[in-house]
Amino acid sequence: MSRYLNLIQIFWKTAISAELEYRLNFVFAALSSLGGLAGSLFSLFLFYRKGYNFQGWRWEEALIVVGIFTLLEGFSSTFLASNLSRIVKHIQDGTLDFVLLKPINSQFWLSFHSFSLWGVPDLLFGLAIIFYAGSLLGVGIGAYFLAAIPLIFGVVIMYSLWFMLGATSIWFTKIYNMTEVLKGLLAAGRFPIGAYPATYRFFFTFVVPVTFLTTVPAETLLGRGNPLWVAGGGCLAIVLLILSSRVWQFALRFYTSASS
Amino acid sequence: MKKLVRLSKSLLVTYYAYMLEYRAELLLWALSGSLPFILMGVWSEAARQADFGLSSIEFARYFLAVYLVRQITVVWVIWDFEREIINGKLSFRLLQPLDPVWHHIASHVGERFARLPFIAGLITLFFALYPSAFWLPSLPTVGLFAIAGIGAFILQFAVQYTFAMFAFWTEKASSIQEVWFLVHLFLSGAIAPLELFPPSMRAILMWTPFPYIINFPASILTGLKVDLGHDFGMMSLWIGIFAIVNRWLWRKGLRQYSGMGA
Repeated sequence: MSRYLNLIQIFWKTAISAELEYRLNFVFAALSSLGGLAGSLFSLFLFYRKGYNFQGWRWEEALIVVGIFTLLEGFSSTFLASNLSRIVKHIQDGTLDFVLLKPINSQFWLSFHSFSLWGVPDLLFGLAIIFYAGSLLGVGIGAYFLAAIPLIFGVVIMYSLWFMLGATSIWFTKIYNMTEVLKGLLAAGRFPIGAYPATYRFFFTFVVPVTFLTTVPAETLLGRGNPLWVAGGGCLAIVLLILSSRVWQFALRFYTSASS
Repeated sequence: MKKLVRLSKSLLVTYYAYMLEYRAELLLWALSGSLPFILMGVWSEAARQADFGLSSIEFARYFLAVYLVRQITVVWVIWDFEREIINGKLSFRLLQPLDPVWHHIASHVGERFARLPFIAGLITLFFALYPSAFWLPSLPTVGLFAIAGIGAFILQFAVQYTFAMFAFWTEKASSIQEVWFLVHLFLSGAIAPLELFPPSMRAILMWTPFPYIINFPASILTGLKVDLGHDFGMMSLWIGIFAIVNRWLWRKGLRQYSGMGA
């Protein structure tokens, strides 16, 4: 275990020093994440300015959903996106061989190797929104810790989905746009799930589990979470995590590399 | 003139064939534009419970039109152009007695034809799932929509190709595009019809290029109120402005260009 933690530290140190060569990128990242956030808030405002609300979600409460969504977007561009594009590259170039030869779990190596500062502004803005809306609503410190549980489940769910998609690149090689499809669907997490018609709610709970990513953590934070939903999210996270490793092992059987 | 026809035909046919190779990818791209369908859900639910001036069905139609417009106006020229500059491939293109922009235009137009069947399929599927939203716009409406859609594509292309020119000076031209994309997403009517925006904001936006990329063609198709003269005028004005800036930057940039082999 400590070996793996050690490795993560080394991986991220190199990744950060590589990224620091392109400091201007960070300005662009901050700009575009600020723009994205302003846009999210504006689209929310369009609903609320006429007195409509999402099934009893007050403005500040809907803000928390936006905050969690921004946080998760930051997470995905910091940890997931850069690693995923590497998996594709390894498979395209046949360099996956070198990864497989290493005496550590290949899924671990592929999932944690890279780290991008691009998502950091999103992470910060997301947290800022959550704490701002939380302070307006008088959310206590305990609630934040409680909400961290479903949020972690959400993160695991998202990671597992991404990794499984990444694993399919063994068959399809070019999957950039498959991740775009997933990203497009996850964008539904911008709004509380109650804002959608019934068929959408079904789809975003049982087909693409967006509900567990933003709505469930937000409800927990607001103190009206349903333990059953949290537990459901936990089960889903564990199942998907195990499934992702199975899918990866299965996909590896079909890996033919470029040289052998 | 004859030469021109032959030239454009062979360019288009080549790029169409090239794009057909990536059919699976095209389908995924068509699916990845799911944002209008997500917003369609939220807005039609909202319209059922509160008065936004548009009915649920109108929202559904509007967002279907948004989807269609976004599919028609997809542009990726900046990424291709950036790669050509960095790899020095532009040098070979410059040797040809043809402005490189025509290659890009042909590849975009060719791709559009390859994408068409998928779009038609998705729209049929949509009406099969949601038959009450079905409507048949009148022939003049379809004609106007076609013109506005092509105009929107030209505008989008002109904007992005202008940003692409910055690749002569910086390696990160596509970052400019990414910022623009975000702004345009929220101001062009992709997230909601412009009629729902606060009036003062809307009045300002009508002077910017944003609404003409999505809101204007989509409104025509759904039958929302548009000021045809003003809107087509503004659209042409912005296309003109970007085209002029683009040619100016192109000339300056070529003098600056020092890619492989130049």
